[in-house]
Amino acid sequence: MALPGGNQAPRHPGRGRRKARYTEKGRQVSPAARDEIRALLGDEPRRPDLLIEHLHRIQDRYGCLSAGHLAALAAEMRLAMAEVYEVATFYAHFDVVMEGESPPPPLTVRVCDSLTCECLGAPALLDALPAAAGEGVRVVRAPCMGRCEEAPVAEVGHRHVTNATVESILACIEGAEHAPVIPSYVDFDAYVAGGGYRVLEECLSGARQVGDVIAALEESGLKGKGGAGFPTGRKWRFVRAEAGPRLMAVNADEGEPGTIKDRVYMETDPHRFLEGSLIAGWAVEAAECYIYLRDEYPGIREILLDEIARLDAAGMTARTRLILRRGAGAYICGEESAMLESIEGKRGEPRHKPPFPSQVGLWGRPTLINNVETLHWVRDILERGPGWFADEGRNGRSGFHSFSVSGRVREPGVKRAPAGITMNELLTEYCGGMAEGHAFRAYLPGGASGGILPASMADLPLDFGTLEAHGCFIGSAAVMVLSDQDDLKAAALNLMRFFEDESCGQCTPCRVGCEKAAVLMSDGRWDVPLLRELSTAMADASICGLGQAAPNPLLSILRYFPEELA
Amino acid sequence: MSDDIRFTLDGRAVSAAPDETIWQVARREGIDIPHLCYTPEPGYRADGNCRACMVEIEGERVLAASCIRKPAEGMEVRVSVERAVRARDMVMELLLADQPPTESSHDPSCELWDWAERMDRTGSRFPARQSPSPDLSHTAMAVNLDACIHCTRCVRACREVQVNDVIGMAGRGARNKIVFDFDDPMGESTCVACGECVQACPTGALMPAREVGKEEPAKQVDSVCPYCGVGCQLTFNVKDNRILWVDGRDGPANHGRLCVKGRFGFDYVSHPHRLATPLIRLEGAAKSADIDIDPANPFTHFREATWDEALDRAAEGLARIRDDHGAGALAGFGSAKGSNEEAYLFQKLVRAGFGTNNVDHCTRLCHASSVAALLECIGSGAVTASFNQVEHSDVIIVIGAQPTANHPVAATFFKNAAKRGAKLIVIDPRGSALSRHASHFLQFKPGTDVALLNALMHVIVEDELYDRQYVHAHTEGFEQLKAHLADYSPEEMGPVCGIEPDVLRQVARIYGRAEAAIIFWGMGISQHIHGTDNARCLISLALMAGQVGRPGTGLHPLRGQNNVQGASDAGLIPMMYPDYQRVTDPTLRAQFSEFWSAELDPDAGLTVVEVMNAAHEGKVRGMYIMGENPAMSDPNLTHVREALASLDHLVVQELFLTETAWHADVVLPASAWPEKDGTVTNTNRQVQMGRIALDAPEGVEQDWWIIQEIARRIGLDWNYSGPADVFAEMTGCMPSLDNINWERLRRESAVTYPSTGEDDPGRDVIFEDGYPTPSKRGKLVPAGIVPPDESPDDEFPMVLTTGRMLEHWHTGAMTRRASVLDDLEPEAVAHLAPAELERMAIEPGAPITVETRRGAIALRARADAGVPAGVVFIPFCFAEAASNMLTNPALDPFGKIPEFKYCAARVSAVNAPAEAAE
Repeated sequence: MALPGGNQAPRHPGRGRRKARYTEKGRQVSPAARDEIRALLGDEPRRPDLLIEHLHRIQDRYGCLSAGHLAALAAEMRLAMAEVYEVATFYAHFDVVMEGESPPPPLTVRVCDSLTCECLGAPALLDALPAAAGEGVRVVRAPCMGRCEEAPVAEVGHRHVTNATVESILACIEGAEHAPVIPSYVDFDAYVAGGGYRVLEECLSGARQVGDVIAALEESGLKGKGGAGFPTGRKWRFVRAEAGPRLMAVNADEGEPGTIKDRVYMETDPHRFLEGSLIAGWAVEAAECYIYLRDEYPGIREILLDEIARLDAAGMTARTRLILRRGAGAYICGEESAMLESIEGKRGEPRHKPPFPSQVGLWGRPTLINNVETLHWVRDILERGPGWFADEGRNGRSGFHSFSVSGRVREPGVKRAPAGITMNELLTEYCGGMAEGHAFRAYLPGGASGGILPASMADLPLDFGTLEAHGCFIGSAAVMVLSDQDDLKAAALNLMRFFEDESCGQCTPCRVGCEKAAVLMSDGRWDVPLLRELSTAMADASICGLGQAAPNPLLSILRYFPEELA
Repeated sequence: MSDDIRFTLDGRAVSAAPDETIWQVARREGIDIPHLCYTPEPGYRADGNCRACMVEIEGERVLAASCIRKPAEGMEVRVSVERAVRARDMVMELLLADQPPTESSHDPSCELWDWAERMDRTGSRFPARQSPSPDLSHTAMAVNLDACIHCTRCVRACREVQVNDVIGMAGRGARNKIVFDFDDPMGESTCVACGECVQACPTGALMPAREVGKEEPAKQVDSVCPYCGVGCQLTFNVKDNRILWVDGRDGPANHGRLCVKGRFGFDYVSHPHRLATPLIRLEGAAKSADIDIDPANPFTHFREATWDEALDRAAEGLARIRDDHGAGALAGFGSAKGSNEEAYLFQKLVRAGFGTNNVDHCTRLCHASSVAALLECIGSGAVTASFNQVEHSDVIIVIGAQPTANHPVAATFFKNAAKRGAKLIVIDPRGSALSRHASHFLQFKPGTDVALLNALMHVIVEDELYDRQYVHAHTEGFEQLKAHLADYSPEEMGPVCGIEPDVLRQVARIYGRAEAAIIFWGMGISQHIHGTDNARCLISLALMAGQVGRPGTGLHPLRGQNNVQGASDAGLIPMMYPDYQRVTDPTLRAQFSEFWSAELDPDAGLTVVEVMNAAHEGKVRGMYIMGENPAMSDPNLTHVREALASLDHLVVQELFLTETAWHADVVLPASAWPEKDGTVTNTNRQVQMGRIALDAPEGVEQDWWIIQEIARRIGLDWNYSGPADVFAEMTGCMPSLDNINWERLRRESAVTYPSTGEDDPGRDVIFEDGYPTPSKRGKLVPAGIVPPDESPDDEFPMVLTTGRMLEHWHTGAMTRRASVLDDLEPEAVAHLAPAELERMAIEPGAPITVETRRGAIALRARADAGVPAGVVFIPFCFAEAASNMLTNPALDPFGKIPEFKYCAARVSAVNAPAEAAE
């Protein structure tokens, strides 16, 4: 290089094969992207736990997450670029677009491809839609949207189309409105008018004692409705016994295929679970309660934002603040510890247990986690006494379940029915029998992971603990009914592909196991001994329930439907 | 022992400490459980994801990962039960399904294949996935994700151990993928090439580039890194007299970690420029300041000579000047790159052989002012606590230092502490990778250190946050300091240093209220004409807060060179004999005179810059320079090179024909660090053993031998048989080395001084109870504001500051000849704020000139958001654009250190058509 005056600079000892970088290492933040991100975030805090919330802001505003915006967000939040990218790429509802790539079309249509929808016509929709919808619309498959009683389901933008046909979806695409439909529901005033929040006030005023409240729950026999069935009162007691400060989280990430009950309760009578949450928060002395809502329920998000604001205004959240957090398309975040990770702004990878969240939860603090439906019944149990819940039950069982029934039945939907009811009873007494022209062949008693039972075993009582001996469980009580017209091997493969898609990928048995199992099951002839060995290892060695239960449908086929393998 | 947990392991009664995992207990009991995602290396958290270590626990529904599960009292754990064996085997079979076959494995001796073999698992019945293609974009490392098992060891290496935060696990499920930043090619990412991920990877998915990892090393030699003062222990993997690759070793300072230089910066030893024959200057080969000799072809100015001829010529010239012009006409520069033994011999040669105290080394250019202040205030020039004490600190101040570039491995421990929750306060005009981890980053105006530090102390005094008891028991001068500080309120000083008064108050309170606070500083503090004042302020701050002498507290100047502490300890400084014993003290002089059997110079000698001035004036006529490169490292190089060219006789002992050697009469080819045995002392006061890993090139001699040969030829009767002899002699005059000896160092690799006994690894924290000053108290010395020697004006409107960069060491003589480092930073760049470049209409990468009153250099602009407006930062490693052509040689009056960190400069765009055509 020349110096002023034309002198040559002295030689240097390097080989000089390359040129230097003329910026700092790695991707640089452009001033324009930085300004856009700053404007978008405004005064919002830049805390790392808000990463997913901020990613939503960008996705909502710009239709995707461009590399430039992600780099600017990382700088703004003082996070490493890798920390932002690995979260953004974990969740299905974020579209990361690198420099030089085209952003997705302005409108996305998600078609549910989970088992019920698949049986009821999703494949035809997925075949026809891309061509029919044309340019400017992206058609993607998506997991269960929690509307299985009206399958098949698609989502155009944020508007759900139920009992969908190609025509109805196209009509929705062409219509101007792609925002969620807000159903009519019991709002704050109506809820209070009906005696709502009286129990909470009795708690806060000291008219009710924590010990009594917990004792009542224990006496009622209420167990966790998310699927694990852990006694609710005992959980509250455990968390309360841990050293403070304690926190609380509500699992509203209803993602188990076939499960619709939390959605129905939240969009018809949201204050019932909010009151339950505030009572629980009071009982465990949690100053903050995080409500983790799946992103597939955008209408409920709007309801909750409005109604929580009204609770705040009414001063009802002074002791326990309700903080709504938005999932981003990840079934695994329904696993309680993965949900905690997600609330902390991270990838939804389940934690090892022990320690349990009741001991080491959000940010390391003891945390009470309850499912929406569990909290939904708290007010009623306290108001009407434990017997109101406990006295229901059939076939020697106690309490009730909100069965989410879908598939080949005449009247699908949420069925509040006694615990211990049999499938046959549920079908005939609550669902109007099988759908026209279908013969009862098999049923899934607990969503995708609860296994598959033949119609010949439809007289087993359905409750926590009654099906385990048969390789099944009721979990969240999502009952999917299959008929003589359904292909059971294909159903098992559908479920295995769902687990493959939704595995967080953290542990080998689940990450590699689901993938290999799906490949082996796609083959017309199943390698049964290898699938058995694999299933055993997945069940024994996976970190969380997803991988442990993923082989259940497969094992059910091997166990109850040997004729399918011939 | 009552806390121990008793349980059974395969029926055997065993016990565990409260923090032990089942895996750890099993290993202790001799039961080897397979493990892939888990590594027992220090700093690696168990993650329990691979599931290769599953065991059965009685009463539990599923198996448990033994690496992460802690036993409980009475637990029955079964390792060898069939259920667990089958699960482990299935995990291995699943992983092997997607591996490249053994014969084409990237690393056939990796942990994965090793475990597969031990488990008799050869193949897999599962179909393989589509394998990803390799990423060979980085010059030092290959990324072969076809071998990745998603164990996240590299993620933990990058994010939790080194905290460089480049690697992530992106995607979900089977589409999970290791990524760099946004799934960028590694070579284009923010990767700093520490290589920790390569060291951590158990499969060969991350490997040294060019497949060297596939070769089997013939030997492994444990040694120490030759670059910075951190003193990382390492292992050279050697084959055919070539270092294949380097692994970090669990040394007391580094715990297995290395940086890019220490891992990838060693092929300079076999660079074609390496000198292997002594050279004598050709008759009539002119000397001049602007000479430019091709290091690949010295024969334009030199001829080859035998060792005998060269040594005779070298010694004869030195002896003649001594005899004709007196001892004061000679001077020697030793090197902080050499061993303790070499430093000791060199200073002994100058003192006992030349008869002068004109001996110095580059400590003068780095921490001389810090040492001056430390000796004055607390009676000891070394650190009061190792940098690893940050583990116990709740507040950490890093001021005037860029440790992520200059002490990268020390920086990893600072970042670990910040992640743990300690408050990290970074005070520097220039931002760095550390700033992101700081709770407070004070980007203050260059040169206003005293104003800022006095303001902090003002608040501590005003708020009465000082440690009354400590001040009373262990300090002197508090009342004077307190009175002095009254004029330095944050409101007064805020505008001076550019930091809001509120922030100054906040930071002062955090430090003043800390349980355990430690201060680290670098050359941003020392390289000013007020460098000693800067250091005095830091010492006063720590003393008034009582933040010395306890775990997690202390004063720690981050020493630059690998052996700058040891070379200084060994007496390679003009005013002190070994162990800082003053040459002007008649008693000490008499002792050393007797110890060395020589007449000794009663006066303190000249320092580095003073020697150059004296040479310029013709007062110093002959020099012996070993391993130093003043023609690059000293301020105002035109002046320095004129001085070197004017010498009657210059002997240079070097690896390469450096810019200094251009002016030599005799050049003696030296041995490189991996070619010799010797000890070095790092910034933590840890004396560590380096060992021979390579044979020196034919014709190259050991440095201690060369010094001895010169000594013999100028009349000294030396007869050392090797460094062990020298070390033994050193222990006879250096009380700091009590209880440390050569054999012990060979055995233990590192001992910290002071060590109280053969079985004491040495004291990490010192001065628990007063100081080695005459009063046993620490002295609080008030410091006033002294402006920089040369301030910006209309003609030279910017501030030039110089320093180092991550990839290049010091003047670049070694690192620019290390191929990976040269690839990573191949050309001279000046760092400027992006906004400043925009203002000047200069594109990043455009050629620019930077001028000061002393010279001009041409180089390219680099946009660096860490640099504030109005400042240009230039690393001093680039021979083709030597920043020291520009720097101001004005000295700190106490430490005699030049003001490298501040002078007035002008930056302008070059519009040369030749460049445009490039």
